Amino acid sequence: MYEGAVQDLIDELGRLPGVGPKSAQRIAFHLLQSDAVDVQRLTDALTQVKAKVRFCVICHNIAESEQCRICADPRRDLTSICVVEEPKDVVAIERTREFRGRYHVLGGAISPIDGIGPDDLTFRELMTRLASGEVTEIIIATDPNLEGEATASYLARFLKGMGIKITRLASGLPVGGDLEYADEVTLGRAFEGRRLLDA
Amino acid sequence: MFVRHLTVGDFRSYPSAELPLEPGITTFVGLNGQGKTNLVEAIGYLASLSSHRVSSDAPLVRFGAGQAIIRGAVVRDGRESMVEIEINPGRANRARLNKSALTRTRDVLGQVRTVLFAPEDLALVKGDPSERRGFLDDLLVARQPRWAGARGDYDRILKQRNALLKSAAPVLRGRGKQRRPVEGSDTVSERESALHTLEVWNTQLAQVAAPLLYARLRLLRDLAPLLGKAYDEVSAGQSDARVAYRSSLREAMAARIADGEVPELDELHAELLETFAEVRAQEIERGVTLVGPHRDDVVLTLGELPAKGYASHGESWSFALGLKLAAYHLLRHDLGDDPVLILDDVFAELDAGRRERLAAMVADCEQVLITAAVEADVPPELRGRTYAVTLGEVTARE
Repeated sequence: MYEGAVQDLIDELGRLPGVGPKSAQRIAFHLLQSDAVDVQRLTDALTQVKAKVRFCVICHNIAESEQCRICADPRRDLTSICVVEEPKDVVAIERTREFRGRYHVLGGAISPIDGIGPDDLTFRELMTRLASGEVTEIIIATDPNLEGEATASYLARFLKGMGIKITRLASGLPVGGDLEYADEVTLGRAFEGRRLLDA
Repeated sequence: MFVRHLTVGDFRSYPSAELPLEPGITTFVGLNGQGKTNLVEAIGYLASLSSHRVSSDAPLVRFGAGQAIIRGAVVRDGRESMVEIEINPGRANRARLNKSALTRTRDVLGQVRTVLFAPEDLALVKGDPSERRGFLDDLLVARQPRWAGARGDYDRILKQRNALLKSAAPVLRGRGKQRRPVEGSDTVSERESALHTLEVWNTQLAQVAAPLLYARLRLLRDLAPLLGKAYDEVSAGQSDARVAYRSSLREAMAARIADGEVPELDELHAELLETFAEVRAQEIERGVTLVGPHRDDVVLTLGELPAKGYASHGESWSFALGLKLAAYHLLRHDLGDDPVLILDDVFAELDAGRRERLAAMVADCEQVLITAAVEADVPPELRGRTYAVTLGEVTARE
């Protein structure tokens, strides 16, 4: 145990995800030795993130104003929505530059163990968005794990009969990987999702 | 296959031990608490990544040590491979195959195959249904390692579904309040939304449950004749040992399954979903999932009577032994290769006739490891190479 402020800092840092007690101690001492200016910059960034960042009123992605960068962009296709779990998934999909539509961030996946039900996610907000009838395709891009699949199938049920095309991201073999390293589940999925090869 | 060499480090009572082994029969003799079973437990761990004695890994590590190591050199078809497991209680275990680390520990499953019979197996006959389910599932994994993943998935979905049944119970019972309507959509009550979520988990559960059930039924179909034969041989034809699967599905289907029929996978899948719908009210009332492979049992009968409750101690023991021997023959037939047969303290409970017959039955197995507290309990033709185990010291006896 250290005295006063140092221990407080270590405790606070230790609360962060992925930071254990040892790392927290290292970061704390690093900060202690840094210039006051550098520390001030970090302090400002921390304060700003809480003060400035909010959630986009349309897609619930993180935003700096009422709408996020993507929703505010007039060039984006309004007819398709890609549904993801977290804001970080938006960033991942944006990196591909494959998708020109807009997003909808659910804020997690259905997981009764963690007490997360459909009402805790932004399903209703999604329905509101669909009410205008502009959207023709929903791409479900929840994580390919148990909870993500459950969320996807909930969503598919929810949207059934609305006349909207509902698609799910394919799962299968990683590009550039070796077949022999794929686990059975992934390989099994890849078999299910195989497609015709045009010669 | 056979284990040619076993090394353990900080495992149970052993700070370290090197044990050269040979094909054929090897007997470990020693007083109680000297570490005989620890040796065969280590070999069992290499095969199943779990101990037959304890469910957690902590007791496997020698008191005061941080990690335990088990290393086995196994020979199959003349080829030798080296399997190594590092047991780290509280952290992930690590596995190495031929000295290179495996990313997933469970990839090591299937390298060593054993069938282990131990006094704990008496619970197969006398214990709870979970013992018998575990026996079937472990055997499934031994035949096809991919079932390890399916089992894990099933347990996780089940936990989620049970959590939902518990947490949403008040709403599901219809005491929930009406939710405010969403603009442009129909009014959805909280109850409907919860039912919707339940449906989703039904689908998820059925998707994993149906193949698991199907695999268990096919396994039992293959196992039944082998069990009959094994029990018959051990008991010299005293009575007829049979197995039947008791399913938690609806009566008509459960009756067909109990008769030994194996319905098609699609049929089981549909039946599961329909049964979920039927027991919904009960499930909501009790807050647990009442249908699925986790509620099933295997009924063991000896002659006309159920083995549980009616069989004598010796009969129960022989029944459990029959199940293990049947598993051994199944794996042997499946893989075209003998698993290592481990008989931990089995002879003390059998009468002289059964001992002799068991000895005759295992004589042709590639490798048999036997432990006994009293050397005289082991029929002389089975003693093979004998090791004396005293206070964690293993010495060969000529």
